[in-house]
Amino acid sequence: MALDFSNATVRAWRRENGRVGVRNHVLILPVDDISNAACEAVANNVKGTLAIPHAYGRLQFGEDLELHFRTIIGTGANPNVAAVVVIGIEPEWTQVIVDGIARTGKPVAGFSIEQKGDFETIRQASWKAKEYVHWATELQKEDCPVSELWISTKCGESDTTTGLSSCPTVGNMYDKLLPLGIHGCFGETSEITGAEHICEKRAANPEAAARFRKIWQAYQDEVIEAFKTSDLSDSQPTKGNILGGLTTIEEKALGNLEKIGRSSTYIDAMGPAEAPSKGPGLYFMDSSSAAAECVTLMAAGGYVIHTFPTGQGNVVGNPIVPVIKISGNPRTLRTMSEHIDVDVTGVLTREMTIDQAGDALIEMILRTANGRATAAEALGHREFSMTKLYRSA
Amino acid sequence: MGIPQLLVHDHEDNVGVVVVENLSAGTEMLCVVTADDSDFRLTAKADIPIGHKVALKPLKAGDTVVKYGEDIGRMVGDADVGEHVHTHNCKTKRW
Repeated sequence: MALDFSNATVRAWRRENGRVGVRNHVLILPVDDISNAACEAVANNVKGTLAIPHAYGRLQFGEDLELHFRTIIGTGANPNVAAVVVIGIEPEWTQVIVDGIARTGKPVAGFSIEQKGDFETIRQASWKAKEYVHWATELQKEDCPVSELWISTKCGESDTTTGLSSCPTVGNMYDKLLPLGIHGCFGETSEITGAEHICEKRAANPEAAARFRKIWQAYQDEVIEAFKTSDLSDSQPTKGNILGGLTTIEEKALGNLEKIGRSSTYIDAMGPAEAPSKGPGLYFMDSSSAAAECVTLMAAGGYVIHTFPTGQGNVVGNPIVPVIKISGNPRTLRTMSEHIDVDVTGVLTREMTIDQAGDALIEMILRTANGRATAAEALGHREFSMTKLYRSA
Repeated sequence: MGIPQLLVHDHEDNVGVVVVENLSAGTEMLCVVTADDSDFRLTAKADIPIGHKVALKPLKAGDTVVKYGEDIGRMVGDADVGEHVHTHNCKTKRW
């Protein structure tokens, strides 16, 4: 008999805007690549802060710049973040990020390097970071209903065991928790190829179906058709997928879609790093199938816990969102168990049902929300990868 | 019932997935259809790695490969019952 999670609560932080966060980071956030060094210096000065260096942020324009801003602002705005020190090379774009994060009501301060240099910027920013650490470490957790969690999913280093075990485990979790009122999110636009007709039918309304179809078709036309060589079989499926037994993108896509369960339907399809705007329910996000890029986009969309099925053993983490790894591949559990949080190998040996596996995942989500460090957190996996749409100016 | 060596998603499927390590040619596999937990026996005709597919029916070049009850690509070579189906004899219809 399935467990009843309808009255489950977690001990977590309620932020100024009412959202629930399960981590309490003080972020040192670079606007651009050349501010990484100052951010890392501040994080070195002030313990309990976290710098998240990244590769871009200069000479971007148009939709690509909008996505960059949305990703940086969304990361700072995520409820797993208590307060943010923003550092950029010049004041104007720095202020754009500060203003965007400030809309959540959380403490945020911006510093720019030009006309000051790294030393003076680091000095000023370190004082503010220290003030934020003292403030954030006194914030108290409170009881929050499970329905207030925003839980995203993306699988990686998939193989045929993910479609049989770890992906349907996530799907079972969504079938149980979405009716309780959580926000869910799946994506991986390129990896839906081969099952796009099935994905389209899983929309809750014609508008969501049309938006999904438009996003998927745009990817086919603007990326695949524009840049393909003979085919994408060297990349999708990946070499790791093929070693794990996946032969075609259709096979991979069908396994991937197991993550949205049997009864769940998505209420909207949104752009990369966008925040859901139609209330509780499942959302599709236009996103890369590359693990770090995808998790970064979903974290920027406001999701606070990520569920990550893997077959061959993807090791990805995220700086601000705990990434829970689920695997049913007995070889992966034998050779790299330090990366796996939920072992569902019993699904393959028929000693565990998908329903039991789903309950085991929900229990791990609750423990993670209550503070248990995931394998990726314990191992220091903090991959923060910006999605770039086209070349910089 | 023991631990299965092969899992099949759907009764319409013409391939199944090896779910144990070190499967050797000649093994009479216990095969389970996950849709309804029904089972059958099939002999593996090759050493097939964990996660890789086995033909459940004789497959010829041009045949559609069915898994999850859905089209996952086409055969570009032949595979007899119990033989390995992978990139050497199966390809996407998409790109």
